[in-house]
Amino acid sequence: MNGMEQTLRALAERFTGLLGADAVITDPVRLRTYECDGLTAHRAVPGLVVLPDSAEQIAEIVRACVAAGVPYVARGSGTGLSGGALPRTDGVLIVTARMRRVLEIDIPNRRAVVEPGVINLDVTRAVRPYGYYFAPDPSSQQICSVGGNVAENSGGAHCLKYGFTAHHVLACEIVTPDGEIATLRAGGPGYDLLGAFVGAEGTLGITTKITVRLTRLPEAVRTLLAAFDTIEAGGAAVSAIIAAGVVPAAIEMMDALSIEAAEAAVGCGYPPGAGAVLIVELDGPAAEVEHQFAEVERLCRKAGAFEIRVAAGDAERALIWKGRKSAFAAVGRISPAYIVQDGVIPRTALPEVLARIDELSAESGVRVANVFHAGDGNLHPLVLFDDAVPGAAERAEEVSGAILDLCIEHGGSITGEHGVGVDKARYMPRMFNETDLDTMQMVRCGFDPAGLCNPGKVFPTPRLCGEVPGVRRGVHPLVAQGKAEQF
Amino acid sequence: MQTVDALAKVCADVRPGEPEEGVLGVVPRWVAAPADVAEAAEVMRVAAEHGLAVVPRGGETRLDWGLPPHRCDLLVDTRRLDRVVEHAAGDLVVTAQAGLPMRRLAEAVAERGQRLSLDVPLAGSTVGGTIATGAAGPLRLLYGAPRDLVIGITIVRADGRTARSGGKVVKNVAGYDLGRLLCGSYGTLGLIVEATFRLHPLPSACAYVTSPVADAGTAHEAVQAVLHSPVVPSALQCWTSPGQGPALGVLVEGVPDGVAARAAHVADLLGPRAAVAEQAPHGWGAYPDGTTLIEVNAPPASLPDLLGALPPEAAAVWSASGHGHVGLPGQMGAGDVASALAKLRGALAPHDGGAVVCYAPEGVREAIDMWGPVPALSLMRRVKDQFDPDHRLSPGRFAGGI
Ligand SMILES: Cc1cc2nc3c(=O)[nH]c(=O)nc-3n(C[C@H](O)[C@H](O)[C@H](O)COP(=O)(O)OP(=O)(O)OC[C@H]3O[C@@H](n4cnc5c(N)ncnc54)[C@H](O)[C@@H]3O)c2cc1C
Ligand SMILES: Cc1cc2nc3c(=O)[nH]c(=O)nc-3n(C[C@H](O)[C@H](O)[C@H](O)COP(=O)(O)OP(=O)(O)OC[C@H]3O[C@@H](n4cnc5c(N)ncnc54)[C@H](O)[C@@H]3O)c2cc1C
Repeated sequence: MNGMEQTLRALAERFTGLLGADAVITDPVRLRTYECDGLTAHRAVPGLVVLPDSAEQIAEIVRACVAAGVPYVARGSGTGLSGGALPRTDGVLIVTARMRRVLEIDIPNRRAVVEPGVINLDVTRAVRPYGYYFAPDPSSQQICSVGGNVAENSGGAHCLKYGFTAHHVLACEIVTPDGEIATLRAGGPGYDLLGAFVGAEGTLGITTKITVRLTRLPEAVRTLLAAFDTIEAGGAAVSAIIAAGVVPAAIEMMDALSIEAAEAAVGCGYPPGAGAVLIVELDGPAAEVEHQFAEVERLCRKAGAFEIRVAAGDAERALIWKGRKSAFAAVGRISPAYIVQDGVIPRTALPEVLARIDELSAESGVRVANVFHAGDGNLHPLVLFDDAVPGAAERAEEVSGAILDLCIEHGGSITGEHGVGVDKARYMPRMFNETDLDTMQMVRCGFDPAGLCNPGKVFPTPRLCGEVPGVRRGVHPLVAQGKAEQF
Repeated sequence: MQTVDALAKVCADVRPGEPEEGVLGVVPRWVAAPADVAEAAEVMRVAAEHGLAVVPRGGETRLDWGLPPHRCDLLVDTRRLDRVVEHAAGDLVVTAQAGLPMRRLAEAVAERGQRLSLDVPLAGSTVGGTIATGAAGPLRLLYGAPRDLVIGITIVRADGRTARSGGKVVKNVAGYDLGRLLCGSYGTLGLIVEATFRLHPLPSACAYVTSPVADAGTAHEAVQAVLHSPVVPSALQCWTSPGQGPALGVLVEGVPDGVAARAAHVADLLGPRAAVAEQAPHGWGAYPDGTTLIEVNAPPASLPDLLGALPPEAAAVWSASGHGHVGLPGQMGAGDVASALAKLRGALAPHDGGAVVCYAPEGVREAIDMWGPVPALSLMRRVKDQFDPDHRLSPGRFAGGI
């Protein structure tokens, strides 16, 4: 047994005492079920898996890891698409699956307090009877956890109007990388550490309790599907809607290839012959929605929509969304394998970038199906390949990377919602220079100088935190004078 | 080289500080006004080489907030960094330099029918100052604070290097969000030189529904009724001033027909004394009267406790977003301010709220704890130590002596 194995074994014993045997996994077969998250291309069997039940237990686990110099990674539901929850073979995976309690529903303050393992949609289920919901709605909302949403700053189709998880989290209790329990709050005195924590992909600590903002269910929701001959015409409709001062809850677009896939998979019955379909959803006070919906319909027609379907009720709305929601999985019907890319461009660059993606695809012979959150320029190109053909995966990977370059070239981003994780760390230097990355990592060094909390994610090269010169030691003079408090 | 020569070499606009330029009485030795981002970086680099303590200055509307700096060698005046860098109207995004007055930013984007959904309450306040103070007015209820609207930021670090985070697209999760971290950092983490904001379309109609209310309990009930209605107000405020009962104001924005219907709904909820107007009522979005200014963090249901804890001489302006300001008269003695503050904090603590003193006259400042309990202070100190290891950026101005 080598040193690492010994250390892990000692930790396993310690954790068994702390959590009970059923909350500590050491069996290699069971460990394997945690070897990857939603991005299966990256795999590593964790050294040890623990299933704690409370913040105090997580704090103890973290302290033990730190004392032993062992890296640890938090995991929610493992649906992440950038390898953020990829475990360490030499480390501990801390799974929040037993922390699934909705602790408090506080309607007068329009908030709820939940444990990190609570499933996104369960928050909405719990508060819907009061006329409220939790606005961030990633497509994975039936399975992903709120803790994962916080870490990834997840958004969904409706974030065009309602924003991302960062806009809907009021406070997080966290276990810091020192193993202390602290509460980060938006709007309290001092730095907005909560702002930095949300979206840090689990590299600044583990959240153990989340206070989320609840949003009033809208009085009215209207949804339409518009079919266009070309992507350009669909893009023009999107621009016209935005230019008219309408902020829809969602604007989604699919191209011919992704429509074909969705048809094959779920028979969504979209208008035949469409080069692109647009789904536009408006919500809010009825009087506002009615007016703007008429405007959207008019603008779609003006941009060349040859068919418009308006959902008459929830069932028809679900039908309209069905094709879009199944798009990722559906391409499995038309291609043995595929890469789901996630990049962002300024909305106005849509036509140009899509044309370039077409060119890339033609040049390389790699098919690309385009599904995207058109309202905010978040592209999800699905790069198709046959994994039985030697070299095909590499070619697809190349096209996928070239699409990210296109995004950067147009002033966009390498990820709009799936995060950087391990998958895109190498692309970070294309978007940010060394100083930018160094500055971000100053935050990391502040939180986690030992670098044991989800190491190897987000940044291509870790920054050495080192001993900081000039750091004041001991009691601050203001504290000594009783003018400030220290906790 | 002499410090002043080194500064003059990199920036044409350097001069000795004047006594009236003191930051809460601490007079800067020099004032530098860089002309562009590169010059700002050079100034900060020279400041680092010469170990100068630096305080940024925007429109000076709130330079007197916080504590006096332990030291102020160099005031970096951002007023020449006043360009709109890019207004991408089709993308509803604007990039501006830090010294640009918020009013001018608002005018520039209004030309294309858009707005930055932050109130611009004080003439002259700048982009950088607004971010550095995290300042937001009543629109915060629907649109949030700077932290929710900044999508990209460029700062010059303490060592003079320029760093960027975020970008020009609203949806972006690449890397840490330094923009949110810089919001409300009061010049203690870096000099903000440029920021990119998400914009919203200017609404085509708006209405203010106002009504006096009998007492704290009635105010609370009315606030709750509006919040839980489907009206989606852009803002919901409650005011009080000495000798007067509370009043409520609700802003609805949208298309003309929608606004009319929603305003009527709100008027119904507020009761028979409600009035609807297109113009903002007097004092909308303004600070309460008073000298000592306290920012309260008070979630909606704490309203009765907040109002109940106010001393009779206090004025208050509160938004249902859970933020407000309390003003206390200048003649109030230090001891009375201290006990009023303690009472406020006591009332708000059970609601996870708190009270931070933004400004207090010198005598009062010394008798009170400006910030109250600061959770996670040790983490904040560690972040500060990373950004500013020598503690030269606005030293001592911030929570916990940062
Ligand atoms: C089919 C499908 C559709 C998807 N659609 C969307 C979408 O529309 N929008 C979107 O944004 N994402 C989407 N995703 C990605 C993914 O679901 C989200 O990123 C989600 O928030 C991850 O949650 P999780 O609980 O599965 O987290 P995990 O995958 O378990 O972990 C994700 C990251 O969070 C960290 N983490 C987990 N829990 C904690 C905690 N308590 N404290 C600190 N860090 C923690 C992990 O270390 C890791 O870095 C989709 C994924 C799939 C498979
Ligand atoms: C109704 C209402 C509500 C308000 N709410 C708030 C509130 O909740 N919180 C609040 O703080 N203010 C609030 N304000 C105040 C106001 O908006 C601020 O005064 C203003 O935004 C500061 O801008 P300025 O350019 O005048 O900055 P200055 O007054 O010059 O500076 C303010 C602070 O910011 C720092 N600073 C300035 N520029 C930079 C820069 N480029 N980089 C780094 N640091 C810089 C300064 O060092 C100083 O600490 C409110 C005002 C009103 C009327």
